[in-house]
Amino acid sequence: MKIYLYTIKISLIFIFISFDLKALNDKDSNNILNMDAVYNRPLIKLDNQSIAIGGYVETNTQYSIKNGISEGFSFQAKRLTLFFSSTIAKQLKFLSEIEFESGGKEINIEFAALDLEFDPSINLRGGIFVNPIGAFNQNHDGPKWDFIDRPLSATKIIPSTLSNVGFGIYGKYFVSNWVLGYETYLSNGFDDKIIYNAENRTSLSAGKANSFKFEESFSGTPMFTGKIALRNRNYGEIGISYLKGVYNKWQNDGIILDKKRNVSIIALDFNTTLIENKLNINGEVAKVFVELQEGIAPQFGNEQVGFYSDIIYNIYKGRVLNWENAKISLGFRCEFVDFNVGEFYETKTKIFDEIWSITPTLSFRPVGSSVIKINYKYEINYDILGNLPKKIGSIQFGFSTYF
Amino acid sequence: MNNIKIYIIIYISFLFMIAVACESILPTAINDDELLDGPIEGLNNEQITQFSRGDFAFNNQIFTTESGLGPIFVSTSCGSCHFGDGKGTPENSIIRFGKLDSMGNPYQILGSPQLQYRSITGYSPEKLPINALFFKVVPPAITGLGYLALVSDSDIISMSDPDDKDNDGISGVVSWGVIPKYLNPNINSIQINGQYIFRFGKKATSYNLFHQTVKAYNQDIGIASQQEPIDVWSGHEIEPEISSQTVIDVHAYLNSLKAPIQRNQSDEEIINGKKIFVNIGCGGCHKETLKTGYSDIEVLSNKVFHPYTDLLLHNMGSDLDDGYTEGSAKTFEWRTPALWGLGLSPNSQGGKFYLMHDGRANSIEEAILMHGGEATLRKLNFQNLPSKDKNNLLKFLNSL
Repeated sequence: MKIYLYTIKISLIFIFISFDLKALNDKDSNNILNMDAVYNRPLIKLDNQSIAIGGYVETNTQYSIKNGISEGFSFQAKRLTLFFSSTIAKQLKFLSEIEFESGGKEINIEFAALDLEFDPSINLRGGIFVNPIGAFNQNHDGPKWDFIDRPLSATKIIPSTLSNVGFGIYGKYFVSNWVLGYETYLSNGFDDKIIYNAENRTSLSAGKANSFKFEESFSGTPMFTGKIALRNRNYGEIGISYLKGVYNKWQNDGIILDKKRNVSIIALDFNTTLIENKLNINGEVAKVFVELQEGIAPQFGNEQVGFYSDIIYNIYKGRVLNWENAKISLGFRCEFVDFNVGEFYETKTKIFDEIWSITPTLSFRPVGSSVIKINYKYEINYDILGNLPKKIGSIQFGFSTYF
Repeated sequence: MNNIKIYIIIYISFLFMIAVACESILPTAINDDELLDGPIEGLNNEQITQFSRGDFAFNNQIFTTESGLGPIFVSTSCGSCHFGDGKGTPENSIIRFGKLDSMGNPYQILGSPQLQYRSITGYSPEKLPINALFFKVVPPAITGLGYLALVSDSDIISMSDPDDKDNDGISGVVSWGVIPKYLNPNINSIQINGQYIFRFGKKATSYNLFHQTVKAYNQDIGIASQQEPIDVWSGHEIEPEISSQTVIDVHAYLNSLKAPIQRNQSDEEIINGKKIFVNIGCGGCHKETLKTGYSDIEVLSNKVFHPYTDLLLHNMGSDLDDGYTEGSAKTFEWRTPALWGLGLSPNSQGGKFYLMHDGRANSIEEAILMHGGEATLRKLNFQNLPSKDKNNLLKFLNSL
């Protein structure tokens, strides 16, 4: 019950505050927050229809070498995503996002939610939505990014794209140069595959794969997700988000099987654009806490952490061939994940299970909605003991475009 | 003109990317003598294919609740304990416990002989009963085991000297045991009173690698097989949770792993260290050279190899007597571990040494100084060496 009370309290606080703040036109691009990404996409509206459609595709080639041994050359059709948006009536919108991964091996409904818009400061959302944890989870479209792979911390620590079924409220407030946004939801959550999975470690991404999550909550307890983001129109945006839910089957038919075990994530994200919009810096730090059952630590981690930071510098903007506003950018990503933070009990040595990675990139955007990317990714993987790491170098070439 | 600039920028940037990604900074291969894993050279196509299947099952097959993990267990996969096919650490020790006397083992109903100290959701892991006797063992390196499996019984018996008739203070004892019904005795095995020579495990309680594989799946991961169908939690026979083909593939993998390669063999100090190793009598138990018998894996047949073990049980003294034992070994007896791959131990132990049966020694020198019983004289010989010779000996051991 606590989680319901918290949600109601938070909602009331925002409703109360909203009376004192001035609502502006939130269609202004300066008012767009990262959390608006689901609607901030190119969609084509059909003539005389209330439906708009769109989508994006991501594909690439990859040549990898692991510890001096070639993994070979591969073509990858990472994902094809379709959007359908509909204005059902005034202040009543519906958006869906269906993703086909790896050529259709996985088909996921990532978003299928109805939005009831009362006021910019208070809106209701219900259905399937991406949980507002971190920035990348909500803003993950390939054409928006200058790197071929998604960030490690946003896939391995925060299991992007994490979507669940539930309800919640969201809204924005505007004061002078500031925009404040919030989202709070209750939804279904993870199951115990975050521990017992084929990755042999605590893995929220393994728990994301619960195929029954749109039917019922594995734990029978709602998961809370909330985010607050603050944007200064001159400097950039910072967001803090939190997720908490029970992941284990603690009771069945009224019989208590186990104590409730929580998983929680806290994430901090930021983005800023400097030097006349030529330099963009964004990133995310996330920390995961899992209440484990007795005895399974330290093989399974009860604490994980990850971060990434992207720096993109636009080196040219102008005409290239017949594209009037083409852009060429150089970028660099630095990222780190630690799947098991802490020390071994017996040996008092550090638990590793870490990945470090750097990726320089060169990207070419003939138009804003399409990007061609060349990446070189260098990754160092440590096992749980910190033995000689696996070193993986990958050369990637790919493109991503909205259509 | 503007376009030309653009093309130059694109071209230079592209060249930069290619240069950055060139071979020189792509990860390079690790020398073969720095790695414990990998197959024996010369396997045929069928053997390599089976090796690969076994490699996958050993290192990549992670057991989950769906695939039969537990419900009580020690680890979720073979590779979780044998990183890079090397030794494990005290963190993933196996704990064997119980009590053996005329009344049998009263701890059997509490899970003896192995403590499964982890469990899946909804089950409680086993706890070590108060007053139970126990020993801990760190998982051993598994490379070169195919060679050791092929040492003939007669060679093992010829190295034994239970009554120390040669008065060298070394009295290696053969471990005899009754093989389970699902095992067929090896060709030319020697049988005495229905018992065969057991050679694998720290107390020499496994007959061969198939026996060890089946036991490890059952006791370490909680996986019932056709051969060991008893569920470790309930004690009841259940349906197999792993295919016999997988067990056979893992057995083939263990049989076909290469022998560790000694490094810097021509280094003068290492050559001198090897002489000292022999001179002070370490080779009394750690026999340098053994040979294999016939094998249907041609490259393993009739080969001479250098594992530095005699596969026999030895009295290691009171400090290494944990009070509990298994098989025919006495509480103070341990099977001579092979020393090949010793210097590479830190590569699978997180950069540190955890030597002796339970990982209590953090360096090769510490391990030597922990030897007692039959090895006491050799330990004293080591302690009395001039520091240069001592260093050469340690350097030699580290090169193995």
